[in-house]
Amino acid sequence: MRKTEAPDYRYLAELAREARRHVLKMIHAAGSGHPGGSLSSLDVLVTLYFHEMRHDPKNPDDPDRDRFILSKGHGVPALYTVMAMSGYFDVSLLQTLRKLDSPLQGHPDKRKLPALEASTGSLGQGLSIGIGMALALKLDGRDARVYVMLGDGECDEGQVWEAAMFAGNRGAQLNNLCAIVDANGAQLDGYTKDIMPLEPFADKWRAFNWNVLEIDGHSYPEIVEAFQKARACKTAPTVIIARTVKGKGVSFMEAAGAKYHGVAPTDEELERALAELEAE
Amino acid sequence: MERPLGEATRDTYGRVLEELGAKNPNIVVLDADLSSSTRTAKFAAKYPDRFFNFGIAEANMVSAAGGFALAGKLPFISSFAVFLLCKGFDQLRQSIAYPGLNVKVVVTHGGISIGEDGPSQMSVEDFALAVSLPGFVVIHPADQYAAYALLHQVAEDPRPCVVRLGRPKAPIVYSESDTFQIGKANQLRDGSDITLIANGLLVAEALDAAEILEKQGVQARVLDMHTIKPIDEEAIARAARETGAIVTAEEHLITGGLGAMVAQAVARTHPVPMEFVGIKDTYAESGTPRQLLERYGLVAADIVRAAEKALARKPQNG
Repeated sequence: MRKTEAPDYRYLAELAREARRHVLKMIHAAGSGHPGGSLSSLDVLVTLYFHEMRHDPKNPDDPDRDRFILSKGHGVPALYTVMAMSGYFDVSLLQTLRKLDSPLQGHPDKRKLPALEASTGSLGQGLSIGIGMALALKLDGRDARVYVMLGDGECDEGQVWEAAMFAGNRGAQLNNLCAIVDANGAQLDGYTKDIMPLEPFADKWRAFNWNVLEIDGHSYPEIVEAFQKARACKTAPTVIIARTVKGKGVSFMEAAGAKYHGVAPTDEELERALAELEAE
Repeated sequence: MERPLGEATRDTYGRVLEELGAKNPNIVVLDADLSSSTRTAKFAAKYPDRFFNFGIAEANMVSAAGGFALAGKLPFISSFAVFLLCKGFDQLRQSIAYPGLNVKVVVTHGGISIGEDGPSQMSVEDFALAVSLPGFVVIHPADQYAAYALLHQVAEDPRPCVVRLGRPKAPIVYSESDTFQIGKANQLRDGSDITLIANGLLVAEALDAAEILEKQGVQARVLDMHTIKPIDEEAIARAARETGAIVTAEEHLITGGLGAMVAQAVARTHPVPMEFVGIKDTYAESGTPRQLLERYGLVAADIVRAAEKALARKPQNG
């Protein structure tokens, strides 16, 4: 549920540490997946599911719930983890990631896991889906909010900017829409600054008439405050550019840049990573 | 034969949308800066709160339609056939077909009969794209009566649908009292020697072809296969069994459209000689609609020639 009381940053950090362990174990068990961008997004996701969003796993069809769309669908191990920890399904299911007949498909599949808000994976579409949802909620007079997480590499896609232009032009009509860019600085082929530089990134969104916030995507006080500011902004949709570290929480993944974009940890790497996350 | 021209099927769409808007408050209409051409502008004028113009940005529009559907709305999205199907295809695939959402994709300016604007604005591959989307219903009505009835049925159908409509006035082949059912072919003429299966503007051409063939002593059955998917396999099997030869005719490339769908059904049920009238692996050009239909082999005379070829291949058993 959306919390009004002061957030417990220590509790959120504890949840994120547990979530990171789940993410690494499930990708290791699957033998494939995207650890780098899952780990980079986790602090924002934990804050959304355990502090910011109004949602109830026991009533997943509540028309007044806030919606979350993972446009960067390859980061889904992080989303499955916060959903499981929130109570949408049993945590033991995480070990079935990417296996035949598992509801936890390699990329988000709403047919297999109806509690997901959207099916994604072909990059660039989530923000547009969020626009449709947010407009429909407004038509129905509901005060629910729509959150969409994009990757920074994903912003190479032209459709993202079609959506940005549309939503920015709608102004107050889409003040219930909040985009978060998990700006971890790396994409499959290398660093974003080398493959397709995005800067001046915040200025681009400002030029499209968005309310733009730039934060450290691993700082709970900054994440919590950004979501508060987004909700308070009544004149425009908000984009939170969360500067993050690919592979956050695992030193050798953090140091490796794009290497762990789409590679599962080996047995030995998993052991080292889990040891680091235990020791903290 | 001279047939009276009715309204363009896109004009029928404009009328139907207005009626649907009054009937179903859940309907929203999305367009990509072509509302005066697709005729969604009439809905926009009457229900401005439920109309969304996305500008010239089809990809965003298609995915947003998925979002509307996920939040419980019934979106009708429109543009020219070529732009929506081609530019919006990955979005149709991932944001609509893959999650199986109920979105109505109603495209106008189908085929080459848009005329003077030329090939960049013409859709000749839209059936192929549309039928490849799992779970989609694909419809191409022949005239205003067919369009009216089928569009109302589309609004009630729970499945995602593509409906292709035309730009020019369409010759009348039906009357107000004719009935239609999604997925069920309409037999417009019976015959025992060959079956002509067409849709859209080519239905009128097939009827004309049947009259020419009659003068040659050939009795041709004519089916309007307004629903390309799911295809009416039963009517096709019966036609193959009872008439022994089939010609398909469509305003589309001969690959991947009506002809290909009918051929699959024929091969599965009762193989008989088939010929295909359609556009042959090329793009068209500027001209009047009639000139283009003639140049690209889509008129009655072409259907007659195809029928003669198919008849010549029929096994002669005594």
